[in-house]
Amino acid sequence: MTTATDTPPRAGAAAPAVRRRSARRRLVPYWLLLPGVLWLLVFFALPMVYQASTSVQTGSLEEGFRVTWHFPTYWEALRDYHPQFAKTLLYAGTATLLCLLLGYPLAYLIAFRAGRWRHVLLVLVIAPFFTSFLIRTLAWKTILADGGAVVGALDALHVLDVTGRLGWTEGDRVLATPLAVICGLTYNFLPFMILPLYTSLERIDGRLHEAARDLYASPAATFRKVTLPLSMPGVVSGTLLTFIPASGDYVNAELLGSTDTKMIGNVIQGQFLRVLDYPTAAALSFLLMAVVLVTVTVYIRRAGTEDLV
Amino acid sequence: MPNWIRRNLVVLAGLLTLVYLTLPNVVVLVFSFNRPDGRFNYTWRRFSADAWKDPCGVPDLCGALALSLQLAAWATLGATVLGTMIAFALVRYRFRARGAVNALIFLPMSMPEVVMAASLLTLFLNMGAELGFWTVLIAHVMFCLSFVVVAVKARVTAMDPRLEEAARDLYAGPVQTFLRVTLPIAAPGIAAGALLAFALSFDDFVITNFNAGSAVTFPMFVWGSAQRGTPVQINVVGTAMFAVAVLAVVAGQLLTARRKRAEEHH
Repeated sequence: MTTATDTPPRAGAAAPAVRRRSARRRLVPYWLLLPGVLWLLVFFALPMVYQASTSVQTGSLEEGFRVTWHFPTYWEALRDYHPQFAKTLLYAGTATLLCLLLGYPLAYLIAFRAGRWRHVLLVLVIAPFFTSFLIRTLAWKTILADGGAVVGALDALHVLDVTGRLGWTEGDRVLATPLAVICGLTYNFLPFMILPLYTSLERIDGRLHEAARDLYASPAATFRKVTLPLSMPGVVSGTLLTFIPASGDYVNAELLGSTDTKMIGNVIQGQFLRVLDYPTAAALSFLLMAVVLVTVTVYIRRAGTEDLV
Repeated sequence: MPNWIRRNLVVLAGLLTLVYLTLPNVVVLVFSFNRPDGRFNYTWRRFSADAWKDPCGVPDLCGALALSLQLAAWATLGATVLGTMIAFALVRYRFRARGAVNALIFLPMSMPEVVMAASLLTLFLNMGAELGFWTVLIAHVMFCLSFVVVAVKARVTAMDPRLEEAARDLYAGPVQTFLRVTLPIAAPGIAAGALLAFALSFDDFVITNFNAGSAVTFPMFVWGSAQRGTPVQINVVGTAMFAVAVLAVVAGQLLTARRKRAEEHH
C-alpha cells in the first residue's frame, strides 16, 4: 500500500485521505472473496490434490498407504472396470438423448403454447424436486413392477420386443434391467434438460415465426430453420447438465438395476465405502472425471458454443 | 392422422412428458395410504391412514429428518453469506484473478457429484478428521456455494447502479446505502439462492453418504431402508414435504402478485 508521504504536495490536503480510501476500496473485493474462495480452495481444489496423491499410493489398511508413484493402478482399474465405464457412457448417453426427446416438446409447449398456464406448467416441472429424489426413485419400483400396468402396456406395444433385442430388458421384466436404470436416470435429470431448453426457447422473438410463415415456410421448415437453431444454446447446456450428473450417478443403478447394471459410480462407491481400496477408488474417480471432461470438451467443440462455459 | 392431432402433436407429447415427470409423486402420495403386507411398500394392499397418524412411528426416522433440517439450515446460512459476498465482488469490482475465481465457482457445478464426494473423503481421511455432522456441513456449504453465487449474481447484474448513486447523492453513507438500497434490491436473488441451497442440502445423498461417518440424514435413512424395508412413513414425509413446498410457492406467487397490484395503485 502506498503511504501518504510520497504523494506530491500540489495535490492538495485532501489527496492523502482520498488515496488511502481508494486503496482500501481496492482491497474490498479481495476481502469479499476471501472466505468463500478459501472454502472452495480447501474443500474443493485441495481434495482433488489429495485424491491425485491417493491414486498413486500403495499399501494396505493395516499398514497404511504411502505415495509410491504407482501409476499402474490406473491401468489396472481401467482393465478391471472398463465394462462399467462402457455401461456408464451408454446409460448416461441414452438417458441424455431421451431427456432431449422428451424434454423438448414440453419446453416448447411451455414457451409457445401454454398461454396463461405457463407458470403452472413451470411449477409442475420443478415440483417433483420438492420430494426427496430417493423416495421418487423408489416409486419407480412400483411403477415398473413385474406384471404391472406399465410393463403390460410396453409388452402390448411390442416395446419390450425391441428393448429385449437390444439387451436392455429380459423377457417381460423391466425392473432390474438396463431399461429400468435408463428410465430412472432420464426421469431424475429431465428437469435439468427442460429448464435451459425453456429459457432459450422463451427468448426467441415470436415475430421470427410469423416472418417464416409469411415466407411460406411449413411448420416443419420453420422449426428446422428457425426454432431449432435458435434453441441450440439450450440444447447444449441442457445435455451437459443432464449428462454430467448422470455419468456419476449410482443411485438409479443401485435401486432400479441389478448386479449386471453397475455403473462406474457404483464401483467408486463400493471401493471407497466397502472394499476400502482407496488407491483404486481414487484412480477410478479421476478416470471418470477425465472421461467426463474429455466428452464434454469434444461435445462443446463440435456444438460450437464455446462461450457457454 | 386427423388434422387436429397433427396441429397439437407438440402439446400431446409435452403433456405425456409431464405425466412421466409427475407420476412418481402421485405414487408416493397414494402409497402413503397403503398398508403393505411385508417390509416393503412397493405393492398396493389396502387403504390405511395409520402412517399419517404416526409419522415418527419408525425408529430413527424423525431423528434423521431433524438432522437433515438442521444441516440444511446451517449449510444455507453459510453458503448464502459466503456466496453473496463472492457475487457482489464479481459484479461490482474489478480485480485480478477474476477468471480463476469464475472457474473455481463453475467447476463444482460441472463435476459428477461422486468425484467431489470421493476426493473430499480422501482429504478428511488424510487429515484424520472424524466423519460426522461437521464434515457433512463443510461439504454442503462447499457444493451449495456456487449455486448461491449464480443466483445472486444474476440479480445484482440486472440492478440499476444509478439507484445507489442517487442514494449517495442524497447524502446516504456507504453503510446506509447498502442497507437501505442495495440489500433490498438484491434480496430476491439472495432468497432464491438460499432456497436453492436449502433444497440441495436437504436432498443431498451422494456427498453426504461418503462423508457422514455414522451420522444418518433423511436421504441416507431412505437409502438404508431400500435394503432393510421401506416404511410407509417415508412416503408420508415425502408427501408432506411436497405439500409444504407447493404451499410456499403458491403463497409466494400470491404475495408478489398482491405487492405488484399495490404498487400499481400507488
